[in-house]
Formats: sequence, structure tokens, C-alpha cells
Amino acid sequence: MMLTNAASQARFQRRKFVDRGMTAVMALAALLAVIPLVLIVFHLLVNGLGSLTPALLIEDPNSPGRAGGGVRNAITGSVVMVGLALAIGAPVAIGCGVFLAEYGQNRLGTVLRFLVDVLAGMPSITIGLFMYALIVLPNKQFMAIAGALALAIILLPIVARITEEMLLLVPRSLREAAYALGAPRWKTVLTIVLPTALPGIVTGLMLALSRIAGEAAPLLFTSLGNQFTSTDLLRPIDALPSRIYSYASGPFDYWHEQAWAMSLLLVLFILLVSLAVRAIAGSKVTVRQ
Amino acid sequence: MSDRVPTMQPHGEGLDLRPRTNGGDARSVTDKRLALRVDHISAWYGKKHAVGDVSLDIEANSVTALIGPSGCGKSTLIRTFNRMHEVATGARAEGHVYLEGEDIYAPGADPTLVRQRIGMVFQKPNPFPTMSIAENVAAGLRFMGIRSRSEIDGRVEHALKAAALWDEVKDDLKKPGMALSGGQQQRLCIARTIAVEPEVVLMDEPCSALDPVATLKVEDLMRTLAKDFTLVIVTHNMQQAARVSDHTAFMLAGDDGVGRLVEYAPTEEIFTNPKDERTEAYITGRFG
Repeated sequence: MMLTNAASQARFQRRKFVDRGMTAVMALAALLAVIPLVLIVFHLLVNGLGSLTPALLIEDPNSPGRAGGGVRNAITGSVVMVGLALAIGAPVAIGCGVFLAEYGQNRLGTVLRFLVDVLAGMPSITIGLFMYALIVLPNKQFMAIAGALALAIILLPIVARITEEMLLLVPRSLREAAYALGAPRWKTVLTIVLPTALPGIVTGLMLALSRIAGEAAPLLFTSLGNQFTSTDLLRPIDALPSRIYSYASGPFDYWHEQAWAMSLLLVLFILLVSLAVRAIAGSKVTVRQ
Repeated sequence: MSDRVPTMQPHGEGLDLRPRTNGGDARSVTDKRLALRVDHISAWYGKKHAVGDVSLDIEANSVTALIGPSGCGKSTLIRTFNRMHEVATGARAEGHVYLEGEDIYAPGADPTLVRQRIGMVFQKPNPFPTMSIAENVAAGLRFMGIRSRSEIDGRVEHALKAAALWDEVKDDLKKPGMALSGGQQQRLCIARTIAVEPEVVLMDEPCSALDPVATLKVEDLMRTLAKDFTLVIVTHNMQQAARVSDHTAFMLAGDDGVGRLVEYAPTEEIFTNPKDERTEAYITGRFG
């Protein structure tokens, strides 16, 4: 590029310099954001891999102090409660998201959207306390279902808002195409808009799943914990996050190792889920804007 | 169908397609069958008055073109013909459109049933991205509640043949509709529309996103389709209107921004001997 005079030449040089500087700053920020993840995964692998044995997965805990045993109770409990929370929470959340996106462009929608946002900001321990008061106290019994419901409430606003966002991303031209074929609105939403937005909604579900799988606080006084493997929804049940807490803060070295192994297990689970989701979502045709 | 007799009186003097923009009663008489009778249609977006009091008769099994410069209300007008206009938030229309004598704006008229009989093809090809080619064509049939596999397959093939797409896709029916080229996608959308077997097919600038070769294919298709359907097209391309349409309506927005019908006549007349000087100015390229 030919620049006619020295002043504009200098301005051009300065712009190039600022551009390079800003690029470097952004790259540094991106690097900083990834460093914690790398450190965590590295630490988990170093400390947890040794104790991640088949026995950990298939045995119940030994009596405290006797090394060995596993955490089958915690794994089972987490799977049961997270699965149940998903089964209860996902339909309600997706329905709520559909309402917000399709019928929520009014005062009612604005109010509902605000309430959902408030719920999203609610501390998870408060939700646990609510379930304690609602279910545990009247029945004088800690139970798995109370924990699952607390997790479902945490999942609800996350999935509802992501569903809404994803539905609003579906181009209006697709809705119009369906209307022009004589489709009523509900059929358009069900057969055109929802399937088109599905990869995004599934991604949102998995995000919420990862979030609730790692929650310990709302389970403290709902599902309580259990030394033995249980699938009874009306009895106390164990969970990985709370067992990680009790083992990590306990007195025995083998507990500390098992706590690391459980943390690694949680991270691996979330990683696997994310990869599976990418595979599923990626196989569908995504919307070309 | 005897309750759907057109309200036109046969007269035997051929088409009188003079514009009737001043609120006078429809005076058009024709010995040809009418598909649509547009009666004093006005349309708004919120407070914006977009189309003002347009009346025109659309002959069955012909191609009618709506032309005019950008912002003249031609797209809005065509969207009032199958009640698509009101889909936009805040949009409303007044007046009547008679399909074979039945008012689609009558109090009890169901827009979804209206749209099954008056289909629409849009400016940008919009196949459903989650559906295969065959599923796209079958979409309207499924909306109608048709479940029979054999009937759907038969009508999909028929529609794809009618849209001159069958030979290009017959081995790829299970491939996604989005995998086709732009021109093929638009013909897929036409196939999807005619699979429902509407009486009228509205096309809102159907070629504006296509290359010249694909445009010619769609134009050929319009001529063929006019044997079985009534076509109304919006186009900003005057050559296209001249090539494919039997009648042309010229619209123009006044100083108040309201689009009105200026002249409506057989296409040849509009392009060779326009009655209104504004039409002449537009077709000779002096504005727009």
C-alpha cells in the first residue's frame, strides 16, 4: 500500500502496532482461561488414576478404617438421582422454553422469563432446604426422590432458557413455510421448529446434566447419603459429590485417594457425555442461516 | 362445489381488467373462470399503512404478475391472498379475498384451511433442514393428516415430476433437502407446495435468490404449472413478468407511502401500450 505522506504512514504503523498488541492480549486471556482446566485434569489424573480400579466401581464401602472397598453406592445413587431429575425436569423445562419462545412475547412471558432467571440465580443449598421442608420434614425421612427433585429444580431454568434461545434461532422462513402449507401453529412448533432446534436443546440438557451431577449442597439434607447401595426412592441414597466431600475431609489416606478417583470419575463422565452429545448433534443437519 | 360459484357474471366481452382503486364496486366481467377476486384489500404493519384499497380479479389457470419498485407493497399484497400477512406481529388486513366465491376473510374462515388451498413459495428457498427431499415434499400432506405410505409416496413422486425435479433427485430421495443447489431447493419448495394440490400458488419473488440458469428453469416451470394451477407471482424483474405472465398488475407507493394498484391489464398491453404514464415511466426504466 502506497501512503502519500509521513503523517498517514505513522498512523498506519501505529494502527498495526495496536492491532498486534490487542491480538496478543486476547490470546493471553484465552490461554489463562484454559490453564485451570489443564491443571485440574492433570491433578486428577496424577492423584486419582491409581485408585480408579474395578473394585471402586463394583464394591460398597468397607467399614471406616479398613482400606479397600469401593463407592458403588455413590455411583448408583448419582445415576439414579440425576436420571430421575432429568426425566422429571427436562419435559417441564423444554415445555417452559417452548412457551417462552412461541407464546411469551407478552407481559405474561416477560414475568415468567424473569421468574425463571431468578430461579437460575437461586443458591442450590436454598433449593435443598426447600425440598427438606417440603418432603423430608413432613415424612420424617430423608429420601432419594427429594434429592432428585432438588436437582430437577436446578436443571429447570438452565434448560428452559437454552430451549427458548435455540427456538428463537430457528429462522422465521421455516415457520412461514410450514404455515404456508396449512400447518397450524402447534404442529409447526412440534414438527418443524423443535426438531430444527433439537441439537441445541440437547446440548443445553447436557450442560445442565453436568451441572447437577456435581451438586453436593442440595443433597445434604434431602437424600442424606447411604453406606450401602440402594435404589429405593423413598430411602436415603448416596451420591458422588457428597461422598467426595466426606472422604476428602476424612482421616484415612485411602479415603483421600478414593476421593480423587471419584472426582476423576465425575469429570470423565461429564467428558463422555459431552463427546456423545457432540456426536449426536453433529450427525444432524444444522441450520444454515 | 355448487355453493362456491364465482360471483362474477359471465358477459362475453373478454377480460376487463381496469383497476378499480376508488372504492367502486367490482365491475370486472369475464367469460373466463376466476380463481381469486381481491376486493378492497388494505394492509397495515402496526401503524404503517402498506397497501391501500386494492381490488383485482385473477383469472384461473393463468400467471398473474405483480410488479413495482421496492416498497410498493406488492409482497405485502400477495401475502394477504392466503392470510400469511397476519402472521407477522402487529400486521393486519382489511377487505375481502374470494377464492372461488368463498371469502377467505369471512369470520369463520380458518387460515390453515385457506393456506392448504392457496399455497406459497418464498423469496429464499426454505426447505425444512431436518427433513430429507421426500419428507420435505410430504410435509404438507402430513400436516393435512394423510398417513397412508403409498398415497404419500405416490403424491411425492407426482409433485416432484410436476416441479421438474424428479429426474435429478429420484435416486437421492432420502438425502437432506438442504444438500441440493439453490435452484433445486426452490423447485423442491415448489414441489412441496403443489403436493398439497392447492388451487392457487403464490410466489413471492421466487427467482431473486437464483442464478440466471436456475431462474429460467423456474420460469419454464411456471408456464407448465399454469395448466393445473393459478399462479400469482411477485417480481422485481420486468423481463420476467413479460416472459411468464398473462396479466400484470403495476403497483406504486404514493407520497404517503401507501402502495396502490396503478394499472392492471393483459401483460402485452401493459408493456406495449400502458394507459397510465407512471406505468410507462416504470417499464421504460425511468424510475424504480
